[in-house]
Amino acid sequence: MHDTVTASYLWLIPALPLLGVLLNATLGARLGRGLVAVVAPAVVGGAFAVSLVALTDLLGRPAGSALVNHVYPWIHAGSLQLDIVLRVDPLSAVMILVVTGVGFLIHVYSVGYMAHEPDYARYFTYLNLFTFSMLVLVLADNLPLLFVGWEGVGLCSYLLIGFWYTKDENASAGKKAFVVNRIGDAGFLLGMFLIYWHLGTGVHSFSFGEVAARVREIPLGIVTIAALLLFVGATGKSAQLPLYVWLPDAMAGPTPVSALIHAATMVTAGVYMIARLNFLYVLTPTAMTVVAWIGALTALFAATIGLAQNDIKKVLAYSTISQLGYMFLAVGVGAFSAGIFHLMTHAFFKALLFLGAGSVIHGMSGEQDMQKMGGLRRHMPITFGTLFLANLAIAGIPPFAGFFSKDEILLHAFTGVHGSVVLWLLGAMGAGLTAFYMYRLLFLTFYGECRAEAEVAHHIHESPSSMTVPLVILAVLSVAGGWIGLPAHWLWGNRFGEFLAPVFGHHEAEHVSAAVEYGLMAVSVLVAAAGIGLAYFFYVVQPALPMIIAWRAGRLYDLIFNKYYIDEFYDAAVVQPIHRASVWLWRVWDVLVVDGLVNGTASAVAANSGLWRLLQTGNVQHYALSFLLGAVAILGYYAWW
Amino acid sequence: MPLSYYLALSALLFAIGAAGVLIRRNVIVIFMAIELMLNAVNLAFVAGARHWHNLDGQVIVFFVMTVAAAEAAVGLAIIIAMFRNRQTLNADELNLLRW
Repeated sequence: MHDTVTASYLWLIPALPLLGVLLNATLGARLGRGLVAVVAPAVVGGAFAVSLVALTDLLGRPAGSALVNHVYPWIHAGSLQLDIVLRVDPLSAVMILVVTGVGFLIHVYSVGYMAHEPDYARYFTYLNLFTFSMLVLVLADNLPLLFVGWEGVGLCSYLLIGFWYTKDENASAGKKAFVVNRIGDAGFLLGMFLIYWHLGTGVHSFSFGEVAARVREIPLGIVTIAALLLFVGATGKSAQLPLYVWLPDAMAGPTPVSALIHAATMVTAGVYMIARLNFLYVLTPTAMTVVAWIGALTALFAATIGLAQNDIKKVLAYSTISQLGYMFLAVGVGAFSAGIFHLMTHAFFKALLFLGAGSVIHGMSGEQDMQKMGGLRRHMPITFGTLFLANLAIAGIPPFAGFFSKDEILLHAFTGVHGSVVLWLLGAMGAGLTAFYMYRLLFLTFYGECRAEAEVAHHIHESPSSMTVPLVILAVLSVAGGWIGLPAHWLWGNRFGEFLAPVFGHHEAEHVSAAVEYGLMAVSVLVAAAGIGLAYFFYVVQPALPMIIAWRAGRLYDLIFNKYYIDEFYDAAVVQPIHRASVWLWRVWDVLVVDGLVNGTASAVAANSGLWRLLQTGNVQHYALSFLLGAVAILGYYAWW
Repeated sequence: MPLSYYLALSALLFAIGAAGVLIRRNVIVIFMAIELMLNAVNLAFVAGARHWHNLDGQVIVFFVMTVAAAEAAVGLAIIIAMFRNRQTLNADELNLLRW
């Protein structure tokens, strides 16, 4: 279907971070911070350089080409010839550049952010391992290898979220992320097995190309089920309804981790996977509709929760969930390249937002409650400036990066084959709320009077340059990163979409009148501007007003403030029943039945032995008597029989 | 005299010996009772040998006497060692073989 070209250097991309893992894990603790602080970012930077080479290589070839590197024969059983094959096509090229590029900046930032951390080497080992897993995920040429990376990022997120494992709360946040992801992964595995099963013994390499070529041999109903099962996996990894609950808790990890995992890489894996399997999803309108609706609902749902959160990182966490919802909305309505476009721009501005929040927390001596911040604008000008730009980007103000990607998604939600007015409306409402709560965050943090305690307020300072330089670079990307995907007919048009088109085919080409396009664009800009204006009025002009409204709204405010009690609901509906069933199994089945059987057998044997033990008196004469009786018995036997 | 008389005497002596081994408490007396059992067997062998005109029985008797002599030497040594350790020759108190 596409021309594939062998490129035997692709293995370097994941191998470099893996080298970092090996060096940091074995030598890091002994050779000290200097080595770790150089090696960990350097290997990711190296991977970025190789990724750039791969991109140049790819751009120099005819459209539709893909670079392929056979690394190692993996599982050869019968007709199955599963190999470790890395593939760089336009889709994975975008992904590796985002992962290594943004990942590199986050590594550099971490050098400054984690400077006072005793477990320096362990942190960077995990961070490198995470980058390695994510690169395996996006470079994989077949589903099983993708799953290896998929599980790898799951493991690393568990390790990194629970990085400060001595705190109970953090350790259980890591556990929660792990368990919720396992639920999704069960769906992923079932979907993968279903595809394999129905392709039968004819499957040779399980590569995406092979599955794409043969997907029509599978009955449509099975394709739908497989697509939905795989989507269950995506909802777990990408924190969508109903499996989003781990992501807000994941903020317990170090802030750069939140930036890397929960903005730029791992959570986008679900979007990537569906985009990668676009040939599967386009066959089944049912699955597409489910994906789009879950995405749109998540986008709006998470945005409403974001309105009332006071922890600066929690706001960003719900914003991430909401933005991921937009990506799923995009792939669900068939606008795959728009989804990937938003994935990329979101990686820029959300990484910036998290790192900026980290800079704020750093400056505030660890304070995360926005109600205790305020007036930081003067103390942290670089952080403030970059965050302001990131906010413009996420709110969807032109010409910042987020505008182009979000607008493209909303356009396709409105006009797309699988789109509808309701989906668009959900997305547009979410966009307005996003503008509002993001500016609420900005105004509460940087404007007004400082509400921190005198001790903390006295120490507020701008972060070191290892932290601010990545902020500035990400700010540039947040401003200009969207310009490669301009709306059609503008200047150079949507270069990004054209670049990705060979991967996604042409099933997203639909004709849109200019009036509709500009109308929608105007609406989304107005909605965003209204959200910002409202936030300005509430949090700068009339700072007392939010309290009054919260008090007036009463129940509704409580509902939102408590995140719709979803965690409590899960606890009551899922966790507690499982917990009670486990206790029952433990007390009744394990202790009574299993232990009863095992110990019962043992005591029966012991009682029996006790009986026979009585024969053993130790008295020679008793033994002699038994000899005699035995001898008499034997003699008797010979004498009478 | 018929063979049965010898065998009856032998059986009687053997039973007395066995009874001594089982009933008496003093280890030395038990030891002597064992010797009595051995001699009862010897008597049966000799009687048998003479009755069937076959020297095998006589030869076995010498073996038994040899073994008895060796046994007496070793057994007495064991008894002395036991007495030194436990200050008693009462078989009821020598029950370390238990469990």
